Amino acid sequence: MKNLLLASTLLIAAPAAAEGTLNIYNWSDYIAEDTLEKFTAATGIAVNYDVYDSNEVLEAKMLAGNSGYDLVVPTSDFLQRQIAAGAYQPLDKTKLPNLANMDPDLMDAASAYDPDNAHSVIYMWGTTGIGYNVDKVTEILGEDAPVDSWALVFEPENMEKLSACGVSFLDAPTEILPAAINYAGGDPMTTEAEDFEKAEAVLERVRPYIRYFHSSQYISDLATGEICVAGGWSGEVFIAAARAEEAGNGFAIGYSIPNEGALGWYDMLAIPVDAPNPEAAHAFINFVMEPQITADITNYVWYANANAASMPLVEEDIKSDPGIFPTDAAKANLWSSVAYDSRLDRTVTRTWTRVKTGQ
Amino acid sequence: MTAPLSSPGTAGSHPPTPARRAGGRQGGGFRLIIVLLPLLFLSVFFAAPFLVVAAISLGDPMLARPPYTPLFGPDGFQGDLENYAFLLTDSLYLSAYLNAVKIAAVATLLALLIGYPMAYVIATSPEPRRAVLLMLVVLPFWTSFLLRVYALIGLMNTNGLINSVLSTLGVIDAPLVMRQTVFAVYVGTVYTYLPFMILPLYAALVRRDESLAEAAADLGAGAWTVFFTVTLPLSLPGVVAGSMLVFIPVIGEYVIPALLGGPDSLMIGQVLWNAFFSARDWPLAASVAVVMLGVVVLPLLFLRRVVEAR
Repeated sequence: MKNLLLASTLLIAAPAAAEGTLNIYNWSDYIAEDTLEKFTAATGIAVNYDVYDSNEVLEAKMLAGNSGYDLVVPTSDFLQRQIAAGAYQPLDKTKLPNLANMDPDLMDAASAYDPDNAHSVIYMWGTTGIGYNVDKVTEILGEDAPVDSWALVFEPENMEKLSACGVSFLDAPTEILPAAINYAGGDPMTTEAEDFEKAEAVLERVRPYIRYFHSSQYISDLATGEICVAGGWSGEVFIAAARAEEAGNGFAIGYSIPNEGALGWYDMLAIPVDAPNPEAAHAFINFVMEPQITADITNYVWYANANAASMPLVEEDIKSDPGIFPTDAAKANLWSSVAYDSRLDRTVTRTWTRVKTGQ
Repeated sequence: MTAPLSSPGTAGSHPPTPARRAGGRQGGGFRLIIVLLPLLFLSVFFAAPFLVVAAISLGDPMLARPPYTPLFGPDGFQGDLENYAFLLTDSLYLSAYLNAVKIAAVATLLALLIGYPMAYVIATSPEPRRAVLLMLVVLPFWTSFLLRVYALIGLMNTNGLINSVLSTLGVIDAPLVMRQTVFAVYVGTVYTYLPFMILPLYAALVRRDESLAEAAADLGAGAWTVFFTVTLPLSLPGVVAGSMLVFIPVIGEYVIPALLGGPDSLMIGQVLWNAFFSARDWPLAASVAVVMLGVVVLPLLFLRRVVEAR
């Protein structure tokens, strides 16, 4: 009898392990409106949802430890370094049957940062290109404005004219500097300190015409016409386009992956090594990999996903937009980010400060 | 408003009565607690964290959790002053410190110039108007500081309120670019820290003995002479307190220059942020923080000396 009682309490206790609260730390504007609601309805797990706008902020919390988060979404190169620092726990793939839905090619590409995808699953992926206000740029630079080239923002003669309506760059050295190195004819995936001098030379000439460096402000500024060009993330530019449409101010916002190539990156779901509730985190990762859930997120945030099974559920105009799901030719031109060692980190940060402030 | 002429000096010169002595002894234990509590608070929330930061500043960055070498390795003590030496080799740090001190000094001066007349008017207003005015000074604190800075962004946008009003009135042809300039940083800091200037000034001004100013006027001093020889010196403790409450936090300010500032308003708080977040160089960031404390403490000691000398 006693054993039976014990067994029944165990039975009741077993699902309780996956309950409680799940603490998620994700990028701002990066989930569908109903995803968390559906997750809680399906699993009974309550979610605390918190957001950030830069990998650097997330990284500081991961490296300090005891962040209290169960699930975070670092970008691939940051993930790679944080795995090396011991920040993430290996995934228990027996709890992730929906892994079968994932696109094997993309998961294989992401395994360059995380061998065997042992610690992470692709959440969304995107590119770092150019967002622009179609009318304003045409008005200033004419019909043949080079909106599909980095020349738009790296050539002083273009930038001088564009500075009147405002140009912003991401405050993300590891994304902007490689683009400048590439434009100067170098290898964007370089780890040679002297290559960054090339980037500095390119940016030095356009710096006087850059309004600011910031990684989220440009969304609303593009939408309201405060700025007209932003070196930014694909999906964020699409959010700006949607906001401009909502506001009805007549601004059409475009996004291009420049012909010279651009950074392709993966945002990865990962579980911190000291997560209080890894059970719930696994449950959430598996839940997100449901085709409908991933498709809902892509349909809402306009970022590409890596979930092959979800593709039939993704809206046609999103699927066919080359800014979101790049063409094969553009895909071949994408480069990946490289994790720098701490010596190169100091050089890159110092270069970036000089680029931003002239000091 | 007149103060009784007897108060300060005379009370202490009476021999203490037995009752008061007993009260004093009772107060002994109480006083110990009063002294110990802040001391405990400061050691837990200031001294201990500062020592941790100082210890980190002696290490090297490392790819680990946490990302720096511990102070004591297998071969014993392994800290060094390398990071402090690095701060000296790169002009960025010195110029960012100087820029922060400059911006803080100018902002303090502006806050003093704007805050003094406001505090004076409040202190000389009759009740209940005084209470209302004081309330208005404190009112902005009811909204989050960050929200108020974002409100300033909205005001100063090229298509924001100020520009649209000015262009409607025909004052300007092209919109003024106010965001991402040093001007915006000054607007942000002065606006944010003004109450910290006004409140101590008000406290000093309301306490001063109005009859002294009246006496000076009776003896033939003009309004400005009365102000500079009587009112201003009497309010000096308020000036010093208010200035410190503005100057010290503005030196380390990060949010305002990051949101409102541009390339030419780089302050040491942003340099620290970059070292900590972008470069993951916690030891370097820690040494910047330790030096920053020095930069803040020195003017503070100087100001205290000025006050004590009076």
